[in-house]
Amino acid sequence: MFAQLVERYQRYVFTLVLRFTDNREDAEEISQDIFVKAFRSLADFRGESKFSTWLYTIVRTSCLTFLRKKKLDTVSIDNDKAFIQLENRESGFRADTVEKKSRHAMVNEAILLLSPDDRQVITLFYKGEQSLEDIGKIMGLEPNTVKVKLHRARQRLKERMEKHFSHEVQELHDD
Amino acid sequence: MRYRNYTMINKEASPLDKGPGSDEDTQYSIKFGLMQTEEIEERIWDYIDGLSSPDEKSVIEQLIADNREWQIKYRELLAAHQLLDASELEAPSMRFTKNVMEEIARHQVAPATGTYINKNIIKAIGAFFLLMIAGFFIYVLGQFHWSGLSGNSSGSGGVITQYGTSLANNMDKLPWGKVFSSTYVNVFIMINTVLGLFLLDMYLHRRKEKAKVNL
Repeated sequence: MFAQLVERYQRYVFTLVLRFTDNREDAEEISQDIFVKAFRSLADFRGESKFSTWLYTIVRTSCLTFLRKKKLDTVSIDNDKAFIQLENRESGFRADTVEKKSRHAMVNEAILLLSPDDRQVITLFYKGEQSLEDIGKIMGLEPNTVKVKLHRARQRLKERMEKHFSHEVQELHDD
Repeated sequence: MRYRNYTMINKEASPLDKGPGSDEDTQYSIKFGLMQTEEIEERIWDYIDGLSSPDEKSVIEQLIADNREWQIKYRELLAAHQLLDASELEAPSMRFTKNVMEEIARHQVAPATGTYINKNIIKAIGAFFLLMIAGFFIYVLGQFHWSGLSGNSSGSGGVITQYGTSLANNMDKLPWGKVFSSTYVNVFIMINTVLGLFLLDMYLHRRKEKAKVNL
């Protein structure tokens, strides 16, 4: 029974975690811990929300704990230092990879240029099958605040894509 | 409708009387243009996400049909939306489910939090803190010289106002250093702290016992 739940949600959980950690090995380890935690806490799930909403709450707390432990920079991407780090990573990435990337890869790369909160709100909304109310429950925010956050996150994503993937974005507009 | 009202409000507040072509004018136009774009984007996003009310939906559909700026913005945002919507989920390794199930075999479902948190303990801790606060206030109020405050007012409202003013005036004069160095206060705080620690110890001991039973 629980194996079915793992099968059903593993890709959602793994994607969310990966967008926090930006490292597949860490993401896999954390995702595994999340399912173990979920299993141990199953008695606490009272069915007041969707199972996925409850599970993503565990994802969020686990990822934030991981970020705290790793002492990663969790501040917004607008922070100069963080932005310089990403600029460097991006320039290295662009120099030695093929020019044209798949749209999927481009979106994923662009999402990784956002702050953890922005990544999460976008992933939950588009890939996590969560409504604004559900995301509010997961992030401990009001649905209206989530709406504003989502709007701003998409705005920032658009800016990052235009800045770092101008060529691909232009192609998209031409299509 | 919201958009039109917004435009009117901003037009009323515009610094046009400063003369055409001034720097302030240019800055205002840029700022206003940006705000306008943000407003349009916000409304189109709501429309795309299906969050607009039926009235708003028809207004936006009309704007997209009639207004070129709205059309361009709509196409741009729709493309971004479709791109995000079509992005694929990442997949963990093939062994992921097996690894999780192997790990889970070493664990068991913990009892629901509600079953091992004794509400009486929480109530006792709450009562302890209330008692502490009440005791402190009673002691502080006991330090006032109430006789100096009575006798000057005819109505009850006057008495309350006078008390309020006198309390505020006397707060500064209170010998706070003496209050906290007083033996009675120290004993009171010490007893409460010991009681608090005792309750905490009881609570943790019970949790430990329950955990042992579950193992």
